[in-house]
Order: sequence, then structure tokens, then C-alpha cells
Amino acid sequence: MKFMGYRRPDGKAGIRNHVLVIPAVICANRVARGIAEMVKGAVYVEHQNGCTQIGADLELSRHVISAHGTHPNVFSVIVVGLGCETLRAQDVVADIKKACPYKHVHLVIIQDEGGSVKATAEGARVARAMLAEASRQTREPIDVSELILGTECGGSDACSGISANPALGKTSDLLIEAGGSVILAETTELIGAEHIIAARAVSPAVARRCFEVIARCEKQATDMGVDMRGGQPTPGNIEGGLSSIEEKSLGCVYKAGTKPLQDVIDYAMPVTKKGLVWMDTPGQDIEQITGMVAGGCQIVIFTTGRGTCCGSPIAPTIKVATNSALFARMNDNIDLDAGAIVTGEATVAEVGHFIFDDMIETASGKLCKAEVLGFNDFAIHRIGPSL
Amino acid sequence: MATAKAVVMNPADNTATAVEAIGPDVDVSMSIGGKPVTVHVVDPISFGHKFAVRDIRKGDKIVKYGETIGLATQDIQAGRHVHVHNLESGRGRGDK
Repeated sequence: MKFMGYRRPDGKAGIRNHVLVIPAVICANRVARGIAEMVKGAVYVEHQNGCTQIGADLELSRHVISAHGTHPNVFSVIVVGLGCETLRAQDVVADIKKACPYKHVHLVIIQDEGGSVKATAEGARVARAMLAEASRQTREPIDVSELILGTECGGSDACSGISANPALGKTSDLLIEAGGSVILAETTELIGAEHIIAARAVSPAVARRCFEVIARCEKQATDMGVDMRGGQPTPGNIEGGLSSIEEKSLGCVYKAGTKPLQDVIDYAMPVTKKGLVWMDTPGQDIEQITGMVAGGCQIVIFTTGRGTCCGSPIAPTIKVATNSALFARMNDNIDLDAGAIVTGEATVAEVGHFIFDDMIETASGKLCKAEVLGFNDFAIHRIGPSL
Repeated sequence: MATAKAVVMNPADNTATAVEAIGPDVDVSMSIGGKPVTVHVVDPISFGHKFAVRDIRKGDKIVKYGETIGLATQDIQAGRHVHVHNLESGRGRGDK
């Protein structure tokens, strides 16, 4: 089975052809946004990172920002720096050029340009040319085995585990059967369900990793000396009927389908295996999306019971409602409805195929609602304090 | 499949999940492992919330999806609302 995508010179498959404007540091957010707003079709991100970070925390931020530049959904990149920050824009440009020598990457340093107005003008001048060049790229048939799907559930309710997550699990199984990769993430929301996923691990080592990442995550909560409940499940989850993290997790794990677990990888690290892969991310939706996209996923499918609008700046983020009332209420934001499973009008398998078909159409160019509405959510998981 | 007001995900479950607002004081029929079962729902149950399908004793496991989702902090009669007021999570408990 094929979709229509962009074949990059290094052989990777993209499903979008973005010109990305990305700041290396929080201080460059305004200029990055200004550049993207001055031209038609560029995407930009804003974030809180890039200065007064050290060690592994700094390295992770640099990796995530660079990995958005090297991503196959991105055609070319403008990296914006202030000039005095810890995470140097020059290093981000070098990372991207090293991994993707064919990619057009442009550096704008605000202090060197003589301020934000001149830096914005310089960036816009280059972005215009990049967009013109991007428009000359054409899509070609690419096998669906080259897709990496990131799965996510956020704003869960008690229907998440009954309808949308089992249906997304079917979609995951279909993609894996076709040779593709699927990311299961949000470690916090697997607490209480780790034995189910570990039982599907391809080796004792992978199974052991499942319990290790859960133990680390749970220890973070217990070290704070509080009941995690209220933070996880969130107040909205509890209002929606979820009573404990175990109940939330047992509903969440359905979206991983039924295939063997091939690997457990760290936050934002590249997905190298075909089949089901667990990425160790926090449950915070935007940090999770950002980590999965940095890991190479080209498309995200996001189930929600309470309703959410968010989307990656560079990877289409398809929303699936767990119940039809939500689908009607937030129809501007939610792409698909799994509510017919709850009422008995459709089976899990039927809705799973329906989501799969939409995923292929979206991979081939159909815009999802978060893209049309311009969502560009981006947040890098922090593993150390600002100093 | 006929439209039901509540679903039981696994025959081992002692809770059902309401898929529309229920009660109070109504009989609700549902299928548990293919067998029709009727529970008199005592409390008002909001969409997405749970009620006990059989009596649960204090300290018993509360089961959904065939798995433990917490422990009962008090006796819960069949048909009563099961939620954070009578279910205690066993995980992420730094307060214990």
C-alpha cells in the first residue's frame, strides 16, 4: 500500500514540505514568529529553552530543536539565535547540515543583524526564496511501511479505553502489519498497565526496560511526598469518571494495539525499529508530541474524551473523539469520531480501519484541523533546572 | 448490538461504565461476558462514571478491563457510584 509523499535525498520519507523557522533560544521567539508571519506558508515554533541550561538538559534541548530541522517533513530551515545564549544557533545549524547536507539551512543572529527588525527582514528575505523552492517539490508514491505513527491520548475520559483507544490500537496493528512503526508513549499513563505491555516484549531485556521506566516515573511522584492523583489523573480526567492512574493507564494501553513490543527508547531519540516502540515521555501532551516528532514520527493520532486542539508545527496531528457528544461540541478541532463504538453502532475494527484510511489520506496531503487552524505547539521536556 | 446504558469491559469486572447519564433509582440491563445482567442503580451516574455491578467489600480490588484499578476504601453495594470517594489508587502514592 502506498501514500503520496516527499522522497528526501537521504532516502527518508516526508509527508509535508515545510519551511520551518525555529529559534535556538527563548529570546529569539519574536523574530522567528515575525519571519514566518511575513511570508505565506512558513511554519514557526516558540519555546522556553536555550539559555542557562547545562549538561544533559542542554543536550536534550539541542537535540530536539535540531531533530525538528532534520525531520523529513521539513524542506528547509531558518534557525534564529540572539547571539549570547547557551544553546548556540550555529551549533543547531551544524547539527542539521551534518545529518542532512542536502538541506537548505539559514542562520539569523539577532545581535549580528543589528536588532529584531533587521533580523526579521533578513529571515523573511531567505524564507521567501525557500518557499518558492519548496513549491517546486512534488509528491510521489511511497510505501506505508515508511510511516512512523505517534500515538497519544490526552484529555482522557472513561470512554477512551472503550472506543477511541481500542480503535487506534486497531489502526496501529494495521500499520505494523503493513511494515510501519508505531510509537506508544506517555510513560506516566502506563503506570498500572506495564505488565500488559511488558508481556508483549520481544526479549527479557525489553520487558525489563518497561518496568524500569515505570519505576523511575513512579519514583518521581512518590519522591515529592504526595498522592499523584489530581495531577494524574488530571481534574478533568476525574470529572470525566476516571478514578485512578491505573484506570487511566489501562484505557491508554489499548491504543498500542496487540503487536509485540520491539524496543523501549528514551525521550526524543530516533525510532529505528519497525513495529511497536515505547518512547519514555512524560504525560504532558505537548512535550510528548514534540518528543515523538523529534524521534522521527511523521504523523500523530491523538485520542481525546474531554477535547483538545493542539498540534505539532511540522507533523499533522489528527484528533479522534472518544464520544460523539464531544465530536459535535468541538467539531472545529476534532477530526474523527469513535463514539459509534460506545453506542454499539460500529465495531472497534470498523473505526480502526476508518482512522487508518484517514491517516493515509492525511499523509498524502489532506490537511487535518490542527494544521488548518495553525496550531504549532512545541515544548521540550526539561531534565534539569534553569540556572 | 443493542444500545446499552452501561458497558462491562471484562467478565471479571465488578464495575460498569455508564455510556449515558443514569438514574438515580433505575434498573439498568447490560451484558457481562455475553450474559444479560440487570443492576438496580441507586446513585445518579454521570456519563463515563462507574457503578458497582455487585457488592464490593472494603479493601477489595476494584476491577475494570479485567485489571485492578484500585482498592475499595469502604463497602460499596451493587448499584452505587464508584469513584475517588470510595476508590483508592495504589500507585504513585508519595503520601503513604
